[in-house]
Amino acid sequence: MAEIYVGREADFEDRGRKVIAHGDLEIGVFFIDGGFYAYENRCVHQGGPICQGRILNRVIEKIADDKTSHGLAWSDEDVHIVCPWHGYEFNLKTGIHPGNKNARIRPFETRVADGEVYVIV
Amino acid sequence: MDSGVEQTRDLPVQQITIETDTRDILARETRYRREKGFTDWTIVDVDAHHSEMSSWREVVEYLDDPILKHYAQEFQSRTGGAPGLSNHMPGLRYQDAGGRIPHQQQMAEAVADDSVHRDVTLVRRSMDALGLDMQVLFPGNLLQLGTHPQPRVEAHLALAYNRWVCERILPHDDRIKTLLYLPITEPDTSLEIIREFGENPSVLGFMVTSVRFKPVHHNSYIPIYRELDERGLPLAFHAGPTWADEWSKQLDLFISMHSISFVLCNMVHLTNWIVHGMQERFPNMPVMWIESGVAWLAFMMQRLDSEYMMRPSEAPLLKKLPSDYMREMYYTTQPIETANMGLTEETFKAVNADTQLLYASDWPHWDFNPPSTIYDLPFLDEQAKKNILGENACRLFNLDLKKKQTA
Repeated sequence: MAEIYVGREADFEDRGRKVIAHGDLEIGVFFIDGGFYAYENRCVHQGGPICQGRILNRVIEKIADDKTSHGLAWSDEDVHIVCPWHGYEFNLKTGIHPGNKNARIRPFETRVADGEVYVIV
Repeated sequence: MDSGVEQTRDLPVQQITIETDTRDILARETRYRREKGFTDWTIVDVDAHHSEMSSWREVVEYLDDPILKHYAQEFQSRTGGAPGLSNHMPGLRYQDAGGRIPHQQQMAEAVADDSVHRDVTLVRRSMDALGLDMQVLFPGNLLQLGTHPQPRVEAHLALAYNRWVCERILPHDDRIKTLLYLPITEPDTSLEIIREFGENPSVLGFMVTSVRFKPVHHNSYIPIYRELDERGLPLAFHAGPTWADEWSKQLDLFISMHSISFVLCNMVHLTNWIVHGMQERFPNMPVMWIESGVAWLAFMMQRLDSEYMMRPSEAPLLKKLPSDYMREMYYTTQPIETANMGLTEETFKAVNADTQLLYASDWPHWDFNPPSTIYDLPFLDEQAKKNILGENACRLFNLDLKKKQTA
């Protein structure tokens, strides 16, 4: 186990990120809803640079009580990271694909101390 | 003093956008190839694309017909819609998944080298990043040209594009090749194209776009195939999407349309090709099926064999099973389906993948496959991987590639 330095907490805006390298290991650190989340910069699909993709809310479909569809909408809660290679999406708080719980990007523990952000690898 | 905290560096590209350099987008593949140690393998990419619409003003200058050229030039100044004379389908803008996949959206990276066409530089960057020894380059939107309402316009645009790409793109790097567009609905123009470019060193063979609604075994096309067969040149059927036939009109999302139409077109043409005995008639013309993935092949073999055994009188030219003919043809791997690896393995066995499959990247499209997708297949031995990634293509196209060292 080693602790690597990411940056100052104050430098992260909401939904901001920092993608760093520690030797050959690349890690993306994201600041979402007041919390830090870190993942390996490697998509489970074909190894794409998942942490360098767009951050977008999850898309949901509005189904009424009578089961009819009323179109699509942005989720108010779930924030996704999208792989720029092929579009695989993962929840930034869980690292899990919205439709396949077995597809999960590799998470790392984060720690904030004295306004500084660290990742445990 | 050692703080116990290990040092890191920031990646130079924090977020990939349409302006990111191709080599940065593909950096992970470059690194992966080094880590896995297959940098010295010969890799031939049998299907990649450039955006000819970005150069449309140049392309239309190659139109022979002065009136069509006039229209094409006039259309350039109109706002909205597709570039003049093309039948580009606006629905295909969905390909980049709403901007989620930037390299499909636009390749707006900086290119300082003006000694060659910008596309040459972009292709070189992708080849270097993916570790390719050769890339077969196709147009993008022109792959829909087979459904153009004006067959004469299809023919003129095909000829203009072919002349443009053979003059402005291909001669500037001998690693870049093509299978040239044949507008088969105009057989005379197709023959003219084969005769004009058949011996061009950048032209490995010819290509028919699969999105078209006239049977490919039609007698009017036979002179085209006869010419290719006499020359021993390959013919490729390049799949594409359409939202314009009665089946795909029912598929109201891009995911649905793309899943079906990219395969359906080649299922129809391959069925006609086999059942009408085209391989018996043209045994010297290798046939390739491009960009339909591989999952459809096992289905087609099972289905056609079962039907043929019951109805041989409807396909009297056949001397063996449809699946036997299928195992004599070639298929590109992209977009490879691997969600169920067991099915993928059985499909590879069924089509004799070791000799019949050809690696294709489809770069820079949204569902591209880097070479590692083949390298990582768990059921292939090393020689099979080498065959699919490059050696099958070398045999098919009579290439003598000496692997360059890019590591």
